[in-house]
Amino acid sequence: MSAETCQCLVWTIAEQRDGALKDVSFELLARGRRLADKLGTGLASVVIGDGVSREAMTELVERGADAVYSVQDPRLAHFVCEPYSNALSGLVSAYSPSVVLAAATSSGRTLMPHLAVRVRAGLTADCTELDIEEGTGLLLQTRPAIGGNIMATIKTPDRRPQMATVRPRSSRPLPRDPARRGIIVDVPVADSVMDGRVRVLGYRKDADGSGCVEEAGIVVAGGKGLKKAENLALVRGLAEDLGGVVGASREAVDRGWIGYPHQIGLSGKTVSPRLYVGIGISGAIQHLAGIKTSEVIVSVNPDPDANLHKLADYAVVADAFLFVPELRRRLAARKMEADNHGE
Amino acid sequence: MRILVPIKQVPETGDVKMDPETGTVVRAGVETVVNPLDLYAVEAALRLKAERGGTVVALSMGPAQAAKALREAVAMGCDEAVLVSDRRFGGSDTWATSYTIAQAARKLGYFDLVIAGERATDGDTAQVGPGIASWLGLPLATYVSRIESVEGGEMILERLVEDGYQRLAITLPALLTVVKEIASPRLPTLRGKKRSKDIDIAVLDADSIDLDPSYLGLKGSPTKVVRIASPKVSRGGATVIAKDDEGVAAAADGLVAFLEKKGLL
Ligand SMILES: Cc1cc2nc3c(=O)[nH]c(=O)nc-3n(C[C@H](O)[C@H](O)[C@H](O)COP(=O)(O)OP(=O)(O)OC[C@H]3O[C@@H](n4cnc5c(N)ncnc54)[C@H](O)[C@@H]3O)c2cc1C
Repeated sequence: MSAETCQCLVWTIAEQRDGALKDVSFELLARGRRLADKLGTGLASVVIGDGVSREAMTELVERGADAVYSVQDPRLAHFVCEPYSNALSGLVSAYSPSVVLAAATSSGRTLMPHLAVRVRAGLTADCTELDIEEGTGLLLQTRPAIGGNIMATIKTPDRRPQMATVRPRSSRPLPRDPARRGIIVDVPVADSVMDGRVRVLGYRKDADGSGCVEEAGIVVAGGKGLKKAENLALVRGLAEDLGGVVGASREAVDRGWIGYPHQIGLSGKTVSPRLYVGIGISGAIQHLAGIKTSEVIVSVNPDPDANLHKLADYAVVADAFLFVPELRRRLAARKMEADNHGE
Repeated sequence: MRILVPIKQVPETGDVKMDPETGTVVRAGVETVVNPLDLYAVEAALRLKAERGGTVVALSMGPAQAAKALREAVAMGCDEAVLVSDRRFGGSDTWATSYTIAQAARKLGYFDLVIAGERATDGDTAQVGPGIASWLGLPLATYVSRIESVEGGEMILERLVEDGYQRLAITLPALLTVVKEIASPRLPTLRGKKRSKDIDIAVLDADSIDLDPSYLGLKGSPTKVVRIASPKVSRGGATVIAKDDEGVAAAADGLVAFLEKKGLL
C-alpha cells in the first residue's frame, strides 16, 4: 500500500518526548478509530520529531492507525510552534484530511490554533466527547466551558479540516493488535519548514519531581485544610501508596507549600484522572473547574457542608490528620498481604 | 518597548449561575471583570515597561461595556486603551476573534511584544493568543512563566509544559501567553484610577480596520455551537461520617472497599 492508496481522512497528531511516544498519542487513536470507522475512511497518525523508532510507529499501527506520516529531523526534536505548524500545514494541504485531532496539552493547544489560522479551518478546544452526526457526517465536538458548568457541542459545517484538541485521559487507548497492518510514510523535511526565530535552550524538570498532574491516572490533592507545609507529607504519602501524583488547591500553592505546576483549577491545570482525592480542599467553584471530568472523586474534609463533598463519589467527613494515616495503614497492610501471596 | 495586551471582559467566576430550566448560563445581573488570567499579562507588560521604558496598550474586543475592563487595565498602569467593537463582530469564534484582533493590532502600528493571558475563564479555549500570533506571523511562546532577559531584540524565557519548564530564546517582535507564575498582578493605584476615569478610549469599528468581511462575526466563524447542555452535577455519591476512632476505622475500610470495587487499587 502506498500513501495514495490509503484514503485516510481522519488524522491524529502523535506526541513524543525525546523520541518516545506519549500515551496521549494512543488515546487519540482510539478516538480517531471510532470516527474513521463511522465515516468509512482510514486513520492516519502524524509523528513530528526526531529519532522516533520504527517500533514506536508500529505501535501506532497496532493501536489503530492505517497510516503513519513520519516527519523527522534533528531540528524538529523539540516542540516549537512555527516549524511544526509549517510542516503540518504542508501535509494538510497535500492530503486534505477531513478531521484532525491533537491532544489538549501545552503543545497541542499551541500548535492547533496556529495551524487552524494557517489552513483557514475551524478548531474546538479541549473536547471530552467526539462523534459523527448522522446524515451529514459532520464531526460533533463536545467540550466543557465556563468552568465545566456547561457542555457545548460544536461543529464546523463548511471549512476543512474539522479540527479539535482532545482532553488527555478522556479516552483509553485501544489494546495492541499485532495483526494490524498499516503503512509508514517518511515525509521529507524541507529547509523551508524551519523558522529560526525560536530556539530551544534547555529543559528543567519541575523541582517537586512528583510527576505531572495532567498525565496522571491518580491525583491526590491537598488544600489549606492541611494547615502547614509539612503536613502536605500526608498527601504525598497517600499519593505514593496509590501510585499517584500530588496536586494542590490555589491556597496551598499560594502559601508556597508546593509549586504552581501542581495547582489544579481555573488558574491552574485541568485534570481528568481515573481517581482524584481532595484532602482539606473546600471545593470552590474555581477548583472544581479543574476536576469535573475526573472519573472518581473522593473528598476528605471534616466539614459536612464542604462543596467538594457534594460533587464526590465518596465523601469522607473526617479530620484528615486522623483519617489519612488510618487509610495509609490499611493500604500498607493490603500491600504486605499481596506481597506475601506473591512469594 | 511598545507592548500590546489584549484583554477580555468575562463574567465573574464565583458568580456563575445556571438556569435550571434551560441549562444555560444566566448572564443578566452578573458582575463582569477583566479575565483574571489576563491580569498576569497586564502585570508582565507593566514590569517590562518599568524596566525598559515604553508604552503598554490594552485592547479589548467586545461590546461597549468592555470599556469598563479597559479602564481597569488603565487603572493598573496601562498607557492607552483601545476598544474593538462593532455589531458585525458579534458571535465571533476564536478563529474570527483572533483575526479581528490581529487586524486591529496592525492598524495600531508596530509592537515589540504582544502579551496575552493563557486563556479566558469563560470560553476556556486558550486559542485566541496563538491565533493572533499566527495571523500576524509573530513567533509564539505559550504558557510563559518567567522572562529571564531581553537583549538585542531577543528574549530568553521559560514556559511551563506538562512536567517541567522549557527554556527558549525568541526573536522580537513576538507574542507570549503567560501563566500565573509570571508575576502577581498589582492593584490599581489612586493615580491610575483617576487616569482611568478621564482617559479617552479609542474605538475601532469594522470600517476603521482593514478587514475581510467574510471573516467576521458569527458568519465568518468556522465553528458553530449546535447545543448547550448542563453536565450532571451530582454523582449521587456515598457519604461516610467519621467522628471518633471507630468511625475513622470504618471509613477507611469503606474507602478501601470502594476503591477496590472501582478497580483503583
Ligand atoms: C480568578 C480566580 C481563580 C482561581 N483559581 C483557582 C485555581 O486554579 N485552583 C484553586 O484551587 N483555587 C482557585 N481559586 C481560589 C478558590 O476560590 C479558593 O479560594 C481555593 O480553591 C480554596 O482552596 P482550599 O480549598 O485549599 O482552601 P479553603 O477554601 O480554605 O478550604 C480548606 C478546607 O479544609 C478543610 N479542613 C479544615 N481542617 C481540616 C482537616 N483537619 N482535615 C481535612 N480538611 C480540613 C476545611 O473544612 C475547608 O473546607 C481561584 C479564585 C479566583 C478568584
